[in-house]
Amino acid sequence: MARYRKILVVASTILAAGLAACSEEKPTSTADSGDPLAQYRANPKYAEFMSGEKMSGYVFASPETQAMQDDDFENPGMLAVQDGEAEWNRVDGAAGKSCASCHGDAAQSMKGVAVTYPKFEPKRGKLASIEHRINICRTEHMQAPELKWESKPLLGLTAYVEYQSRGMPINVKIDGPAAPFFEKGKEFYETRRGQMDVSCAHCHVHNAGRNMGVENLSQGQSNGYPTYRLKWQSFGSLHRRFEGCNQEVRAATYPRGSDEYTNLELYVAWRGNGLKSEAPSVRR
Amino acid sequence: MAENVKPRIRVPNNAKRGEVIEIKTLVSHPMESGQRKNAQGQTIPRKIINRMSVTYNGKPVFEAKLEPAISANPYISFFIKATESGELAFAWTDDDGSVYKATQQITVS
Repeated sequence: MARYRKILVVASTILAAGLAACSEEKPTSTADSGDPLAQYRANPKYAEFMSGEKMSGYVFASPETQAMQDDDFENPGMLAVQDGEAEWNRVDGAAGKSCASCHGDAAQSMKGVAVTYPKFEPKRGKLASIEHRINICRTEHMQAPELKWESKPLLGLTAYVEYQSRGMPINVKIDGPAAPFFEKGKEFYETRRGQMDVSCAHCHVHNAGRNMGVENLSQGQSNGYPTYRLKWQSFGSLHRRFEGCNQEVRAATYPRGSDEYTNLELYVAWRGNGLKSEAPSVRR
Repeated sequence: MAENVKPRIRVPNNAKRGEVIEIKTLVSHPMESGQRKNAQGQTIPRKIINRMSVTYNGKPVFEAKLEPAISANPYISFFIKATESGELAFAWTDDDGSVYKATQQITVS
């Protein structure tokens, strides 16, 4: 890791232009004045995609991308929800059960559940994402093997569970047993990493609304995840996005489903508390 | 029969006589081209939807022959003239002979 810090990075000159003043405080940039997010705040069509200062990724998407998300027929994420519905009802494992055997109709039993995740899971002694919780259910109650993170059935099930909370405000708890993990996630978010030596906060807090290259930086909210990301041309999880973000600053990545990303997931979700869940969304 | 193949159609419920309307269809199907290889190096056999046929009150109005180049979950949309009230019937034929169907009523005034 220390080696990387000594390498002069050409690419950092691009970042430096936008983030030169970045230290641990809010930078003062001479390049622009005023609030770069003002253009979005002023638009009444975005009122339902905001909560106070917080803005959903929907706001930063192009009109074509927004239209794709708005129409359930066009939204490719709905195919994952469809997969999830089939998986929900499929009997799997030695106990001869499906998700439906215990949880019945997901529209009833899962309503409001996804927006409280990730949460402290006593069986793990640490946080669990929806994916972790699904696998606990599978191994303990269905006697079925775990589903691999980012596999079609697990993505489908996660999308299906999230879909039951669509439109409800994100509402994660950061107190009680979750507190130490929240702090770890916060520390991750604020730690500089990678060859480019920036933290999540540098882009998503200090420079949200400004352009990095052609990309207009969002607030990095997670209320739309799992999402159909046009860059991936496929449906994917939040941890896949974290991996991508880390790669983009040339930092070491962590495995999907790791403690680091799960703790980060809680911090990022807390940043979006109050925003409406949009999963499955469409992002660029 | 491929797993979990669900066709979806978007047909306007009502139309004026003579109006040109857009019909949208989407069918979830892996459309395995027959060109891919699995982790062991064996070719994954071709399995695609090779035909889509649409009839309007029994009369064919749209036919498509699909080839392996078409990617998964084929989305096909087309325009027809709304002439009479009745039923639009859609059928997708799989390589293995299965036929997936969907129908929708349309009211033309």
